[in-house]
Amino acid sequence: MTTQSGARSAGLDPAAARAVLDGPAVDRALTRIAHEILERTGGAEDAVLLGIPTRGAVLGRRLGELISRFEGHAVPVGSLDVTMYRDDLRLKPARPLRRTEIPTGGVDGRLVILVDDVLFSGRTVRAALDALGDLGRPRAIQLAVLVDRGHRQLPIRADYVGKNLPTSMREAVEVHLSETDGRDCVLLGIKAGA
Amino acid sequence: MSGTSYVIKGARVLGEESRDLYVSDGAFAEAAPRGAKVIDADGCIALPGLVDLHTHLREPGREDAETVLTGTRAAAAGGFTAVHAMANTDPVADTAGVVEQVWRLGREAGYCDVRPVGAVTAGLKGERLAELGAMADSAARVRVFSDDGHCVSDAALMRRALEYVKAFGGVVAQHAQEPRLTEGAQMNEGELSGVLGLQGWPAVAEEAIIARDVLLAAHTGSKLHVCHLSTAGSVEIVRWAKSRGYPVTAEVTPHHLLLTEDLIRGYDPVYKVNPPLRSAADVEAVRAGLADGTIDAVATDHAPHPVEAKDCEWAVAAMGMVGLETALSVVQRTMVETGLLDWAGVADRMSARPARIGSVTGQGRSVATGEPANLVLIDPAAARVIEPGALYSLSHNTPYAGMKLPGAVVVTLLHGSATVLDGRVVER
Amino acid sequence: MAKRHLLSTADLTVDDANLILDTAQELASVAGRAIKKLPTLRGRTVVNLFFEDSTRTRISFETAAKRLSADVINFSAKGSSVSKGESLKDTALTLEAMGADAVVVRHWASGGAHRLANAGWIRSSVVNAGDGTHEHPTQALLDAFTLRQRLGSVAGRHVAIVGDVLHSRVARSNVHLLATLGAEVTLVAPPTLLPLGVEHWPCASSYELDPILPKCDAVMMLRVQRERMNQAFFPTEREYSRRYGLQAARMALLPQHAVVMHPGPMNRGLEISAEVADSVRSTVTEQVANGVSVRMAVLYLLLGGAESAIGNDEEGSAR
Ligand SMILES: [Zn+2]
Repeated sequence: MTTQSGARSAGLDPAAARAVLDGPAVDRALTRIAHEILERTGGAEDAVLLGIPTRGAVLGRRLGELISRFEGHAVPVGSLDVTMYRDDLRLKPARPLRRTEIPTGGVDGRLVILVDDVLFSGRTVRAALDALGDLGRPRAIQLAVLVDRGHRQLPIRADYVGKNLPTSMREAVEVHLSETDGRDCVLLGIKAGA
Repeated sequence: MSGTSYVIKGARVLGEESRDLYVSDGAFAEAAPRGAKVIDADGCIALPGLVDLHTHLREPGREDAETVLTGTRAAAAGGFTAVHAMANTDPVADTAGVVEQVWRLGREAGYCDVRPVGAVTAGLKGERLAELGAMADSAARVRVFSDDGHCVSDAALMRRALEYVKAFGGVVAQHAQEPRLTEGAQMNEGELSGVLGLQGWPAVAEEAIIARDVLLAAHTGSKLHVCHLSTAGSVEIVRWAKSRGYPVTAEVTPHHLLLTEDLIRGYDPVYKVNPPLRSAADVEAVRAGLADGTIDAVATDHAPHPVEAKDCEWAVAAMGMVGLETALSVVQRTMVETGLLDWAGVADRMSARPARIGSVTGQGRSVATGEPANLVLIDPAAARVIEPGALYSLSHNTPYAGMKLPGAVVVTLLHGSATVLDGRVVER
Repeated sequence: MAKRHLLSTADLTVDDANLILDTAQELASVAGRAIKKLPTLRGRTVVNLFFEDSTRTRISFETAAKRLSADVINFSAKGSSVSKGESLKDTALTLEAMGADAVVVRHWASGGAHRLANAGWIRSSVVNAGDGTHEHPTQALLDAFTLRQRLGSVAGRHVAIVGDVLHSRVARSNVHLLATLGAEVTLVAPPTLLPLGVEHWPCASSYELDPILPKCDAVMMLRVQRERMNQAFFPTEREYSRRYGLQAARMALLPQHAVVMHPGPMNRGLEISAEVADSVRSTVTEQVANGVSVRMAVLYLLLGGAESAIGNDEEGSAR
């Protein structure tokens, strides 16, 4: 097993893939989400940002920085690995675990905002809700995603969306971030081997 | 039984130029007998019938593993015309009654001359001598005595046994294993035993006994035979003893000629045997010893075990492998194909010398007019993949399963009548 | 190729070993949560098959499996009336019929776990929980995990393993694993308790303890069985303890940061003095806690996916 730093590439053919968001557009989307969070939570006083590794955790950190810049106070940021709660574990080889870091203060009685890169079937979010339930009892849980590509298989919706991206099932969406992939962009292309 | 006459066309006796052989009235004849059956032996090697010094037939006592009948059928299929039935049966072959029973069962089966081996000590207990003279004088005319499976470790007892058997020209066949050095031993002691966490069976436990015994043989002037010699050091000791003219002979098993301890890595008990499989250097040394005559004979140590004795953990598995039906092929692979022995050499080590060691009359003779027609015809160009289920032996614990081995026994004649024809055991 | 079993640390690549240790690191946090349970192995059955008593190891595996929500069946085959040989196969067939997904096996015979995994009796994954004097891979993994926690890393560290190496499955598993992880290992024992051919093992060896201690980052004391004395492996307990036991005076030879490990159960006063066992350098209680995390990691990686993760290449997926 090669243990990369968690960065995995879906293997979209770069020639065939199209950038639907470039770097500045990713920035703008995140900035807008940060403002929306502040607006809808009245200053994010009791909020905790939990990113779902790998790229959701990066996005969570970025949102945390943006919020503290806009508001002047830091928001607790952590990460929540949902691997052990996935419902498709038995369809693939066992996966290496990513980091779970719950900020000191925990999640009890707080507003937890889950952050992920792409919202698709909704199964990752369901796993995250289950994982959270074992960690404590938040006051409320919200969801922020950079891209919502549709095709939900569960009754789940995002509270904050960077971009709604209509896709077909044959297509794949890849979020690249400078921390993990060298640059910021969102690619849309045909699934490798599809 | 000796009614059929044969013309064997084009056999290469001891690997020499092909010629025709004639068999009638149980012996090789000068000319074609009238009405003889013709056996086409084109391309086949003819050797005198093989003689095994070390066979466990398991009867009486463990008829679920082998019987005299099934064991001698397996022997015939392997080209043998005589086998020495080891004494570690239940009851132990330590009385005239038991050895006569085995001998009689052998005669009734009719597939081999069965020569019972008598126990050296009563009940193989290593405490007092069995009635060696009674066994020697019995109908079985026992000449080889062995506690095989156990070592006669008591030096005084061994000395007396060697002395006592001189009275009837007997030989003591020693299973050389110093018991204290091999308590709980599971495999050859070496780097691999350390890695596998299996208790070691050190070479010195064999060599120390052989060294002691060759000195006792010299001291008593009596015949010692070393069973299943397995280490380079043992070869050296026997070579030294022979160079001094001591009355010592030795045997090696086919598995010690071919297999090494590396096979044990997977803990498959089919490779568990006593003495254990040794190192590649030991294999080299026993091959060289057999080639130069230091080792006199190949003996199978055919040790059948029922399935459950091997289908278990290594530590509780029984020791031993079946070998009668693969011995000649293994010798072809390890000694003939390597140029260490020619077919005349094979005949010497698998027929003539073992017959002499065991004082087996009528066996191990040359393929010549007037001699008893004990013969094996081998197709040396044949190759077969060993299938345990296809063995004639009642037990299938062969370490060669799935292995491709050269040569096939086509015909075996015992006193002029066929026990194997067309590669198949003849039903009686 | 995916490995379905954990039989020997010799089978683990450095990536496999690190994956197990990294996973254990993540899973360690579960012990600190209010709900000490993950749903990952729900519906899977883990059988603890023990042919030899070891309450500690069994409880550790049982806890690990339960924290992953597996169903656990404890099967103690010790003292069974059938002959020892028959019982492993017959028990295996029973477990197969029960649909065990993994069998954690402790066996008094070296190779017991290999036999169970490879004889064709069962299809389940087999985890070796100690086989005779051969191996105890999860013990070595938890030792490496403990070293990583205490010392920050394993690579480049010097570890002495002291005592009855000849009969120790813990020593064998540790030598392979620590070598794979880049540690430098020295075995210390009287010549009677070092296996033949140890010079070919990936480690050094010494008959003397004192000269080794000053360069050690960790000392692992092996349990010495008193029966060995009667088999002439050493003359008396007193002499053994004097030459190879770890007491306070000897512990002072260790560098300040060095730790003292023991797989347990300890013979206080024989291979380790009470003072040393209870000192701050001692990792004995951490080793027990870490055992659960490491065993959770092993069970998850063997059973958590469609196939074992140990030995696989990186997965890839588009979302
Ligand atoms: Zn023997």
